[in-house]
Amino acid sequence: MPDSISVRTWYELLRPGDWVVALAGLAACVVAGFWLWRGSAPDGVIVRTSGKVFAETDLSRPHRIEVPGPLGLTVIEIEPGRARVASDHGPRQYCVRQGWLTRTGAVAICAPNEVSLMLTGRGVNYDSLNY
Amino acid sequence: MTRSIIELMPTAEDDRVARHAAAAIALAVAEAAIPLPLPGVKPGFANIITLTVLARWGWREAAWVSLLRVFAASLLLGQFLAPGFFLSFAGALASLLALAGAMRLPKKWFGPVSYSIFAAFAHIGAQLVLVRLWLVPHDGAFYLAPLFGAAAVLFGLVNGLAAAALLRDLPSREPSCP
Repeated sequence: MPDSISVRTWYELLRPGDWVVALAGLAACVVAGFWLWRGSAPDGVIVRTSGKVFAETDLSRPHRIEVPGPLGLTVIEIEPGRARVASDHGPRQYCVRQGWLTRTGAVAICAPNEVSLMLTGRGVNYDSLNY
Repeated sequence: MTRSIIELMPTAEDDRVARHAAAAIALAVAEAAIPLPLPGVKPGFANIITLTVLARWGWREAAWVSLLRVFAASLLLGQFLAPGFFLSFAGALASLLALAGAMRLPKKWFGPVSYSIFAAFAHIGAQLVLVRLWLVPHDGAFYLAPLFGAAAVLFGLVNGLAAAALLRDLPSREPSCP
């Protein structure tokens, strides 16, 4: 004769080890989540012009980098954990409109002015150029 | 030319396997109608049957029921020999191995819910490995692994509870309930 279904009934079906297994499973998911998703925080930035490295700094303090190119100065703005192209003289402004880059491996390219900006860090988990 | 007549007499075990497999296939087919947010995440209600058979009739019958269900459900759903079939098959094999291991745990402490969660993790683990080796040959395949793991805990818990409730209400048989 089945009991009526209540929270208490379900609760009684769990044995002590079942709680341990379920909680260990959840903990494993959280750890895996941190490991897979947080490991991609960028810690540095590489600025290139005409294919050569122009500047390579970390993302710890806010500052600006001015990069000369064929069309004039491209201004790169860096803040803790992110970077963007603040201004550029390219006609279509793609690299400016990309906004803040926040993930390791992210790239903004101002092709007309031959300037590129790339975030670096441990464990690059995607490659913008070949993606 | 002589005719030979081969008569197959199904044993009581064959009958049980057939009945349980039919129930599992019905659950698997019904479940295929549920829309799912993420490919690869599904409740796996058919495993309620596998867990129940495991507890009441042992691992061998559970393996029969599980594998028959994978083959028959994929035939019914038009998935046979498609990638989804191989993923199900790999998952079912890994789950059965996990269940064989889980059966050795002390029964006082670990019940169908633990079995179910172990089997769910083995299932998704084997599928991810197969996907990584075959369908998505780079580490991006593991990107959603934490979500799959969370689904394994959730549906493992739900299926385990359902199996535990069934086992409580069914008359006891040997091999005895865990």
